[in-house]
Amino acid sequence: MKFLSSRRRHKAVKPLLLVAALFLMGGLYTVAVPEQQSSADSGTSTQVEEGRALFQVGCSSCHGLNGEGTSEGPTLVGVGAASVDWQVETGRMPMAQQAEQAPKRPPVYNREEIDAMAAYVASLGPGPDIPTEAQYSPEGLSAEEIARGGELFRTNCSACHNFAGAGGALPDGKYAPSLQGVEPKHIWEALRIGPQQMPVFGPETITDEDVRTIVAYLQSLEQEPAGGLTLGNLGPVSEGLWAWIVGMGGLALFAVWIASKGARSK
Amino acid sequence: MAKPAPLSEQTTVPATPAERTPGPVLRRVAGPVTWADERVGAAGLGKFFLRKIFPDHWSFLLGEIALYSFIILLITGVYLTIWFKPSMAEVEYEGSYQLLRGLAMSEAYESTLHISFDIRGGLLMRQMHHWSAMLFVASMFAHMLRVFFTGAFRKPRELNWVIGVALLALGTIEGFAGYSLPDDLLSGTGLRFVDGLIRSIPVIGTWAEFFVFGGEFPGTLIISRLYMVHILLIPGLLLALIAAHMALLVYHKHTQYPGPGRTDQNVVGYPLFPVYMAKAGGFFFIVFGVTTLMGAFMQINPLWTYGPYNPAQVTAGSQPDWYMGWVEGAIRIMPGWESHWGSTTWSWNVVVPGVGLMGLLFTLLGVYPWIEAWLTGDKREHHVLERPRTNPTRTAFGVAGITAYIMLMLGGGNDIIATQFRMSLNNISLVLRVAVFVAPVLAFLITKRICIALTRVDQERLLHGSESGIINRSPAGGYSEDHLPISQGEAFTLTSHNEYPVLESEEISPRQAKARRFFYGDNMSKPTRAELEAAAHHADGHDGDHELGDGDHHAVTGSRQPELTGGKD
Repeated sequence: MKFLSSRRRHKAVKPLLLVAALFLMGGLYTVAVPEQQSSADSGTSTQVEEGRALFQVGCSSCHGLNGEGTSEGPTLVGVGAASVDWQVETGRMPMAQQAEQAPKRPPVYNREEIDAMAAYVASLGPGPDIPTEAQYSPEGLSAEEIARGGELFRTNCSACHNFAGAGGALPDGKYAPSLQGVEPKHIWEALRIGPQQMPVFGPETITDEDVRTIVAYLQSLEQEPAGGLTLGNLGPVSEGLWAWIVGMGGLALFAVWIASKGARSK
Repeated sequence: MAKPAPLSEQTTVPATPAERTPGPVLRRVAGPVTWADERVGAAGLGKFFLRKIFPDHWSFLLGEIALYSFIILLITGVYLTIWFKPSMAEVEYEGSYQLLRGLAMSEAYESTLHISFDIRGGLLMRQMHHWSAMLFVASMFAHMLRVFFTGAFRKPRELNWVIGVALLALGTIEGFAGYSLPDDLLSGTGLRFVDGLIRSIPVIGTWAEFFVFGGEFPGTLIISRLYMVHILLIPGLLLALIAAHMALLVYHKHTQYPGPGRTDQNVVGYPLFPVYMAKAGGFFFIVFGVTTLMGAFMQINPLWTYGPYNPAQVTAGSQPDWYMGWVEGAIRIMPGWESHWGSTTWSWNVVVPGVGLMGLLFTLLGVYPWIEAWLTGDKREHHVLERPRTNPTRTAFGVAGITAYIMLMLGGGNDIIATQFRMSLNNISLVLRVAVFVAPVLAFLITKRICIALTRVDQERLLHGSESGIINRSPAGGYSEDHLPISQGEAFTLTSHNEYPVLESEEISPRQAKARRFFYGDNMSKPTRAELEAAAHHADGHDGDHELGDGDHHAVTGSRQPELTGGKD
């Protein structure tokens, strides 16, 4: 305590106190101010500029010069970086042609370009951000948690995506795509942004923890050995087809062979 | 075409000398055989059955596939019942399949998982049982179509046909009861479907639902009730009807395809012992082998991925097994019509395609032999089969029926077709709503024309012979092909079918006459004896235009005897 009181008249005290007070205020401000919901300023301004340039070349013909949307495509204000990441990294955007639904394809843009476009679209309005690995990674879940993920999957997802995630049909040529081999990140993003025909499953409906269990269930299901060839995991329709082709077809061939083998058939 | 056995001049087998000493095998079996003969009359039975003659044709083996599948079903089914628990009591899964551990499920589902994952050979047996069930119904269908298209249901076999229809209906119900037992998500969804079917029955629907399920769906009783139906009631009925089916088969004797030496009074073929013992016995093992291979290498009903039944859940690709697919399809493509009269609801969208169509199919099948008997007025016994082409209208009706069935079945798989072929679900359903009526009519017309065209080809072979492949060029530059006379055996086969001429109106009612004209009016009539003789005479060396042809057919003259068989028929 002597150290503090003996130097309190020192001429450097005032500026130092001033600096300390500024730090304190700044620190308090960062703690007290509510966390920024929007990721509008998350990218650096040069990244946003690059994104805008890419956007105007590749996306603006349908989504408008400022992402306001046209008759050809919806507005991108408020869709968030996660939406750009999902749509472009799975190759669904840019669309090759107008269709009921954008199919999954090899991506056209690389990681840096996607980040730039995501930053630009995020700057248009607040929306879900690209998740960190901790939000979707299925690492470190117990067997019971994965089984719960299966129950969540069957309750929320299998009605459209099929019991094995093989995909299913929706009205008017639309479809729920196959989930086999889909990146965990893309599953998280699809739940949050509700792309194309899919409804949004927000964090209040399915928490990040639940997403991780669903991802883990799907991955475990793919790794499980099947009872032979899966026949597409499409259910009884393909089973019936193969029963007729392999079973009845094969047995009919055997029947022809047996009938042709006779004591006096030569 | 069936291969007729060549006629042997030796009609009787020379008796073996009585003093021949039996060999070592006969000496060894003599004791037991005598024992059996003295107690159950085995010698008489053996003499009757072992020497029973069966004709040879691959299509006669389709029914055998059904019989053998049934035996496989009994064997694998017994294995499954040792561990299956038909109970809807709720338990928590603690078995070895990690992805379901800790979930609440019924004992039925839990024991099925136990069979699949923890019982040695359990999954193989389950998959064989299921594949075998698919093949059982499929082979019954194929067998029925063979019987239909060859007219084997005609007198005296009408009752056996009706037994066959009953077997088909019972087999379908048996299959449904079976795939509902494991209480997984798919089977529960299937039960829900049937629950809806039952409820849609006008007026008594709700009462019937409560009767079947013991209260509201799903209740706690249905699995044990279906278990009784699946392992006791229907298998018992199936066994009894199969026995009756086979007894009548033995009593009527087997039908045979037309051919030289084959009449309605005989059966041309081989004896049961040793030829059919070997063939049928061998075929049993082939059917068993194919079923085992399918069970080993092709996954069927992976119910661990479906999860336990939960009325809140459903999965894309929820369909019944194939033989219920046409009912599913009919309901999928039916417009959603419903009426409310007073306090009652009439769900036309379910009762018409579901309950109505199933009743219609089995009723039509059941009464068909009498429809045709009424048309023909034919009271004779028929043991020689008709080739499908010689009865064009029946064949056309059959193909039209198959077409309608396939259209409905496509409707049942409309979502799978939509995703696999990138088509619109709605468009598939709209197209099928039209196609289910139009396609059978087209199929009828096309099939009938094809049949008539084929009988014309037969006629052509009878009158002008078979194409020799030798092309002649005339001095004028025209080309013509030589024809060889067909063998007498083939000529017999081609002319052995029935004809249904227009009858005098005193013999039949006007309605009967009209129906008969529709059915048989377009049939080709067989060439007369005079026509055949003229054609044979013509083939013997008269060049020149013949009455039916267009001048480019010339028979080979002189070089070959018409009596020689030009080829196998």
